[in-house]
Parts: sequence; structure tokens; C-alpha cells
Amino acid sequence: MKPVKYRPPPVRPTVVHASCTFLLILAFATAPGAAPAAELDISGSFSTELRYFPQGPAFPGQSDTGATLSFSVTPKFQYEWNGAADRLTFEPFLRLDSADKNRSHADIRALNWLHRGETWDLVVGIDKVFWGVAESRHLVDIVNQTDAVEDVDGEAKLGQPMVNLNLQGAWGRLGFFILPGFRERTFPADDARLRGPLPIASDSVTFDAGAGGGNVDYALRYSRSFGKWDLGLSYFHGTSREPRLLPGVGPDAQPVLVPHYDLIEQTGLDLQYTTGAWLSKLEAITRTGHGDRFHAAVAGFEYTKFGFNGSNADLGFLAEYSYDGRDPVLAPPTAYDNDLFLGLRLSLNDINDSYAVAGALVDTETHAIGLFLEADRRIGETWRVDLKTRFFFDTPADDPLQAIERDGFLGLSVSKFF
Amino acid sequence: MNSLTIAVPKCAIWLAAFSLGFATAGPLSAQSGSDPAARGNAIALEADRRDQGFGDSRAKLTMILRDQSGRTRERRLDVYVYETRGPRAGDKTLAVFQSPPDLAGTGFLSHAKILDHDDQWIYLPALKRVKRISAANKTGAFFGSEFTYEDIAAQEFGKFDNRWVQTESCAGRQCFVVERRPKYPGSGYSALMTWFDTASYRVHRIDYYDRRGKLLKRLILSNYRQYLGKFWRAHRFEMSNLRTGQQTTLLYDNFAFRTGISEQAFSPGQLGRAR
Repeated sequence: MKPVKYRPPPVRPTVVHASCTFLLILAFATAPGAAPAAELDISGSFSTELRYFPQGPAFPGQSDTGATLSFSVTPKFQYEWNGAADRLTFEPFLRLDSADKNRSHADIRALNWLHRGETWDLVVGIDKVFWGVAESRHLVDIVNQTDAVEDVDGEAKLGQPMVNLNLQGAWGRLGFFILPGFRERTFPADDARLRGPLPIASDSVTFDAGAGGGNVDYALRYSRSFGKWDLGLSYFHGTSREPRLLPGVGPDAQPVLVPHYDLIEQTGLDLQYTTGAWLSKLEAITRTGHGDRFHAAVAGFEYTKFGFNGSNADLGFLAEYSYDGRDPVLAPPTAYDNDLFLGLRLSLNDINDSYAVAGALVDTETHAIGLFLEADRRIGETWRVDLKTRFFFDTPADDPLQAIERDGFLGLSVSKFF
Repeated sequence: MNSLTIAVPKCAIWLAAFSLGFATAGPLSAQSGSDPAARGNAIALEADRRDQGFGDSRAKLTMILRDQSGRTRERRLDVYVYETRGPRAGDKTLAVFQSPPDLAGTGFLSHAKILDHDDQWIYLPALKRVKRISAANKTGAFFGSEFTYEDIAAQEFGKFDNRWVQTESCAGRQCFVVERRPKYPGSGYSALMTWFDTASYRVHRIDYYDRRGKLLKRLILSNYRQYLGKFWRAHRFEMSNLRTGQQTTLLYDNFAFRTGISEQAFSPGQLGRAR
């Protein structure tokens, strides 16, 4: 349950996209003419989602339509040549939403050229990377901006322009990232559900960095697995993906929130120890640029009871604790300052890969609770249906989840894969 | 929360093509006396030895699941195996799902161990996340099939106590029948009765006995082809559950050996790079 970040800049395809496209065309053009076994692979999915909000909205101006419908498509085009040493990937994304004009948005999740050498690989273009080991919170993961209109869990990410070189050896993996083209966070529209208490002034976004959204960010990552340990160390210097929301005045003199993106420096550690049916996990960061230097961590475990109750099913137990020492004013808000996450996951291991997962995020100080339940199964060979619910209870006024306490919903999606 | 919800399809790729092991470069000692244990060990070790030196392999795998009513489902995977030399390490296996389409791109990586649990990672393409997972699960069904995780794990010599039972005809050949008792933790079996042919030490049949010693499943291996003039690979694996009547067939195709893939391609960090 990611802290929900309020509303919108509509997605602006950045200029960087165009230059990346050029690079890709260049990569294409320089591909060896006699490329053996080159092939174009097209895959992806269509999805229809119905959301039902049982409670009325919290703020005037929010639509009180109980049900919203949306449609999304994510095709993926991949072309490999040079004996799979080179690959072009293009993965656009489009969603049309009946109620939230900001959730109706398009993005380029990936448009890149990957070259794989024996001990190195290089990505040029738009891509997504994931760092970390925890389940309830992705603290270390910082390269991609959250596509916050997609869901409140913060799992959906916007494509990030990058040049990424990775060196791989028996000593581990070292990645260098140059990240031009900052992506602003997406926020729900003023009249939509799951938004914050005030409109977001998406036209007057401000930045710490002199170059504003044109600032080039850098990151470094080292990762290694040895024995039962998986270790990751990361460093990021650049514009924070999390905005602070500063009070401002809109064109009609109404109060608004202005997203401000600070320049930060963050060093992260992620560590997992795997033994038997137990996974023990830790993610920790230290960050400057959001007030005084602060530390944050999430630690916990995952235990799986295989062949639960004599069946083929597995039952997983998850527990994670989040601490966050950030300044309540000078840093972006977080719902994870002192929170306990408890979860249960059931995998049936059947022919349809059915599973269900339920979880609760409890603030140990205020006792605010976020609850979710998700269930998913395949139907036939190419369809999936999934059900998800998210509800929030007893959130205090200073909790970022308070604004969406009445926006708990029940969602049903049907997806066709191709 | 999507990362939480992925039905961590417990791994095991170890569709390692049943190549019967790697591990332990031992001397050829097939003609040990009449002691059943020594003879059983010698047979298993010889089967192991004959498969050493393949280097690496790549193959396409189709898995056909068939329930009691005859309804079938198909899954397709690309399977890569890297042979690791040395007595303490097993092979490295990478499997990437090509179908069903909602699983396409999902990758599994396993670094086999002899008596400890393997190291296993899964790659979730939607999240671009590599996750180390527990390999403690031996007895669970692999993707709803009749193969459990230990069935498809690499069958290294060191994982079993062996005992020669008899020599009889099977599949039109003479076969050693060897009883193999798992030594690794968490096995669902008391014994695997295994038929090796006496000419080339290929496995033609395995009968699986549950922990109470009752016959549970039967695997028939066929369509053997030889590669590099030396290495035999079965192209058809037919597993029948003798209690439920359900069946799973594995069909291998397009085998390639010594492709030159580097060991680094079997690093967890590279898992997201396979397609």
C-alpha cells in the first residue's frame, strides 16, 4: 500500500522519447544485414476493469458515480537479431477510464535497444528497472516514477529514459545509469476518486534542480548472490521521484497543492537470506535533500507452508515492519512511518495458476488500517480474471491515506493475453 | 502489491532434461562385484559419467497436461542448461516460459546443489523483478502437472543411495533395475525404481514409491537421440499418476549443444535479459 499521491500532471511524452527513437532507429539501421534468425515477436494484453466504490466521495466536486469502467491495452513488440545479442523492445500502454480523465492516459513503458555481451549488457532508451526484496513497500526502488493513477499500490511505473551499462562477473553485477528526462508523477483528476484533499496544480510544478525537469540523474547499483544471501547496494543522485505537495493558490484563488520535486541523494541496501521455506528480507535507505538526512527501513520475512493441508496448495505468511525517519514537513509524506504489514498468500498450483493474497497494513501508532484482498486465475489458455479490493479504516488527519478513506473499492478485471 | 500476488510458480526448471547428473567425476567402476549397493552405485555413477562434458544445451520444451476427463493444456518453455564441473555443484538451468501468454517471459533460474536445497530465482516480467525463492518445496506439483519439483530437479548421483535389484528386459533391451533412495531432505518418495539399459546406461522407466512404500507414479522415457556422438537425450517423458489417472507429457525439441552461452548468462542479475 503505497502512500497515495494526489493528482495529476497529464502524461507528457517527453522530448527525450523522440531522441531515443532516433537512437533506436540508428541501432536498427546498423544491425548486421545478414542477421541470422531475426524475429519479430508480438505479445501483450487487453484488459477491462470495473471498479465499484461502495461509499460516497469525501470532497465536493468528486463524482459520486459508484462504478467506473476502464479499458487498457499493453502490446509488446520485440525484435531480436545477431543471435539474440541485440533486441529492440517497444511497449506502449494506453488506458481509457470512464470517470478519471487523468487515468485515461498513455505511456511508453519501454522503447529500447538492448545489447548483450558475454560479461556486459547495455540498454539505451526507455525502460523499467526494479530494485529490492520487500513486498509491502519498495523503498530502494527509485529509478522509475510511479504511475499513481493506475493503482494505489504504487506497483505501476512510468517508462524512464536511460542509458544503462551493466558489468557482470563472478564478483557480481555492477550497473551504471544515466537518467535524462524526468517523469512527473501522475495524479487522479479533481473530480475523480482516490485523490487528495485539494486540487493539484499540475501546471506549476517546481523543481530544486536548476535544469528543472531537464536535470540528468545518475544511479549506480551493485548486486551479488552468494550462498543463501542476495545483496544489493545502490546509489542515486537526482530529482526525487516523490514530490512534496506545497500549499498554493489556483487561478480562481482556490487553495491548491503544488508538486515540488527536490534534488536528493539516496544510498540503499537490500538484503535477502533464503533458507528452507524462509525468506528474511531487509531494505534500508539513507537520504539527503528532504530536510535533514534521514533513514528508513523495511524488514520482515516470508514463510511458505508447501503442500498445505495435504493438498497441492501452498500457503505463504508474510510480515514486514516499516520505519521511516523523514521530516513530516520537509519531506514528501509517507504512510509507512511506523507500520506493520501482515499478509497471507494462497497458491493453488493448479492448472490455472490460481492464487489469492490478503494483507493488512497497520500503523502501530495511530492504528490506521489498510486492507486488501486480491485473487487471480487463468480461464482457458489466454484469459485471466482478477478481483481486487482495497479498504482503509481509522486513518488520522495527518495520514496520507486519510483523503482516500472513503475511496475503498472493489475491482474486477478480465484480461485477454495474446 | 502485484509482486506479492504472483503465484510464485515454484520453480524448477530442472527440466534439466533429466540429464542424470553431472557432479562427481568418479572413476569408471561398473564391474564391481555382486554386492547390490556397490553394483547399484556403479551403475548410477556410470550413467552420470557418460553424461559429463556436454558443456551446455538449449532445447524447446512442450508440456502437455491431461486430466482424468482427457482435457489437455499446453505450456511451452525454452530450457537452457549449463554444466558445472566439480563435485560440490550441480548444473545451472534457466527456463523461460513462452506460453500460456500470461506467463510468457516468466523466467526460472536454478543452481543445483547436491544435498542442500538448490538456489532458485524467478523473474516476473510485468514488474521486471528478480526474486530469490525458496527451493524447499520438493513434493508440490510443477504448474499443475504430474511432475513434482523433485521429479524435474537434476538427478545427481550424490542425491541417492543406490541398490541393484535385478537385470531384466525392458523396452526391447536388457536393463539394470536400480532402487534409488533419496538422501536429500523433504523427498516425497521412499524409492525410485529406475531402469537403466545395460548398453548405454540411459534411463527408460522410473517407478515412484510414496513414503509409505506404495507405488504412486510411473515415468516412461522414450525417443532417445544421441548428440555430439555421445550424449543421449530422451525427447518424450510420459508421467502417469497411477492413483488419479492423470498424465503429463514432456516433449523436447530442437536440442542444441555447446552453444557457447556463458556461465554469466545464468546469473540472477541476467535473468531479466532472457526472452
